Amino acid sequence: MPVFERAMADTTDQTLRAILTDVLGLAPEQTATFEADTGLFGHLPELDSMAVAGLLTEIEDRFDILIEDEDIDGEMLETYGALRAFVSAKTAQG
Amino acid sequence: MDYISWPDPTFPREPAHALAFEGAGPHRLLIVPALFDEGNRLRRLTVEVQRRLAGRHTITSVLPDLPGCNESLAPLEAQDLASWRGAMEACTAHFGATHVLTFRGGALAAPRALPALHYAPVTGAAILRQMLRARLLSTREAGRTETRARLENLARTKGLDLNGYRIGARLFTDLEQAEPRGEAQDLPQSQIGGAALWLRAEPGESPEQADTLARAVAEWVEGSARP
Repeated sequence: MPVFERAMADTTDQTLRAILTDVLGLAPEQTATFEADTGLFGHLPELDSMAVAGLLTEIEDRFDILIEDEDIDGEMLETYGALRAFVSAKTAQG
Repeated sequence: MDYISWPDPTFPREPAHALAFEGAGPHRLLIVPALFDEGNRLRRLTVEVQRRLAGRHTITSVLPDLPGCNESLAPLEAQDLASWRGAMEACTAHFGATHVLTFRGGALAAPRALPALHYAPVTGAAILRQMLRARLLSTREAGRTETRARLENLARTKGLDLNGYRIGARLFTDLEQAEPRGEAQDLPQSQIGGAALWLRAEPGESPEQADTLARAVAEWVEGSARP
């Protein structure tokens, strides 16, 4: 991966972990252990629809992107890796 | 900590109750809570700020419910922004408030006559957008499909259940347009530090944020007190 793109990917990853830390009320060390296949919506009981709605709003604000209703599906919210891939694709478009 | 009663014009049959903390000084602060689910998530922070304002900063404060929310007996579906503001004005007059502090969307229902400090204010449209998104997510989980456009239409004509809150058509259309009042002072989360507690999936607390927020409110009250 070229240096610039790698740096972008690292920033996306860090920002997304920070948002999850805030939403889930975890210590940063805990979200640091999230892997691509770590389960989110449907796996973490506290992450209900209202919390996911808040999570998506915060992602929009901090990445300065707009998430349309039709962008949102169960798969993109199911794991940390899927959510990160979605945000990377969205920020690349913007 | 005490419960005081006040006459809520939206429910004249019985007095409403507000949570009050008595401070030794002359300043009396009305607090307009955050709306709906954010009100629950920020409840502890709100009350912890009241406790510190009274104990450390000699400021008396009172926290009423918005009509239809929390322990209020008034029907939520019958409310709009004018009825909410009217209730907050009635509480202000009854309590003899000198200043107003609002949390998040509470800024939209603040009484207009007093100096106001808005903690992390938010537009009505942003609140509705998030609640509609939560509803779309949960119906999709249940295997049904709704569209935002259809829900908005329904909400504007008949009202809508959003996240357990029965929001009437008038309140919905009011909120779609509502912006926090411009001349009030804003206190953004960046000045408090730490992660915003309204983002939490489950209600949390932060003694540090309560300390900082109470100090900032006290400084503002002292600075804007009428001579």
